[in-house]
Amino acid sequence: MGAQLRGYRSKIKSAQTTKKITRAMELISASRIQKAQQRVAASAPYSKAITRAVSAVATYSNVDHPLTSEREKLDTAAIVIFTSDRGLAGAFSSSILKEAEQLAELLRSEGKKVVYYLVGRKAVGYFSFRKRDSVKAWTGSTDQPVFETAKEIGDAVVEAYNLDDQEGGVDEIHLVYNRFVSMVSQVPEVVRLLPLEIVEGDAPEASSSDVYPLYEFEPDAETVLDALLPIYVESRIWNAMLQSAAAEHAARQKAMKSASDNADNLIRDYTRLANNARQSEITQQISEIVGGADALASAK
Amino acid sequence: MANPLSVSVVSADHQIWAGEASMVVAKTVEGEIGILAGHEPLLAILAAGEVRVNTTSGERLIARADDGFLSVENDTVTIVARDAELIS
Repeated sequence: MGAQLRGYRSKIKSAQTTKKITRAMELISASRIQKAQQRVAASAPYSKAITRAVSAVATYSNVDHPLTSEREKLDTAAIVIFTSDRGLAGAFSSSILKEAEQLAELLRSEGKKVVYYLVGRKAVGYFSFRKRDSVKAWTGSTDQPVFETAKEIGDAVVEAYNLDDQEGGVDEIHLVYNRFVSMVSQVPEVVRLLPLEIVEGDAPEASSSDVYPLYEFEPDAETVLDALLPIYVESRIWNAMLQSAAAEHAARQKAMKSASDNADNLIRDYTRLANNARQSEITQQISEIVGGADALASAK
Repeated sequence: MANPLSVSVVSADHQIWAGEASMVVAKTVEGEIGILAGHEPLLAILAAGEVRVNTTSGERLIARADDGFLSVENDTVTIVARDAELIS
């Protein structure tokens, strides 16, 4: 067997094994998208109920809560970045990191200091490679998020928000995450979490048309708002995590599908080349035999 | 009672129960409260404890809802808690 032919055969073999892996990952992601989407849908009643309640308190009470009021001096901004734990998902993590960099750039140009909270191993890797600091990082469960993580993140950012500037507090909190639009499209989303703009995004139907009834608060409006706002923050973060997980699976499925298709193409091309090489080898051998036989015949 | 209450019990990751009920009894930070149809709009913080729902079909439902809140408006009762759970 010629050296050329052997080279082609080994390339075909390597493309085939890679294809097996990518195909398996594609199927796994495809089955998990469904589940992730269901989780997003299942969490909707919770965030809806909370958004409604918070909007109701905010509209019908004149409570000036630190979480809702804009501060006069905005010195420090925090960005929470939601990436994935594993790669092989196309531009999933890199597009989020790019978006976060742009946001940081914008905030810095407004004269604010930027601090980071990271979710997902990819973001942590990105930051440690560039030797940049982050306040806190969470890794380990981006593809199947658990609520405890959302609670931890919520507690951490609210605590930082309530601190003074001197003690490392922040005045603004932004979330950057991938929103799941469809199987083929995931959009990087930037939202400002704190100070809260309550009537927004999540509940357009609640904000525009219906009028909130005059609520009775128990024990009183301030306490209710105190209890509700951290829960609201948590639910927003939880929603971002679920969206990001669904988007991650969709992105991975797409990336793995194109990798499998690519492997198919490679295998086809190399098979043709290998056939060609084999054929020319045979032709050469025949012509050598014929030439040899001719030489023998003429030598007689 | 003319209109039954429509009740939903919701936790962070899914809706636990939804249906119609004649009465809801919950424990708020101020004490126990019973809600019948026609109750005024209310937002209350729940204390640790159980929420009892008497359904229209006569069943009795008990749910655990720690750290949650309760909202009532237009005969719609929503019980929301981070981790709510049906006990029976």
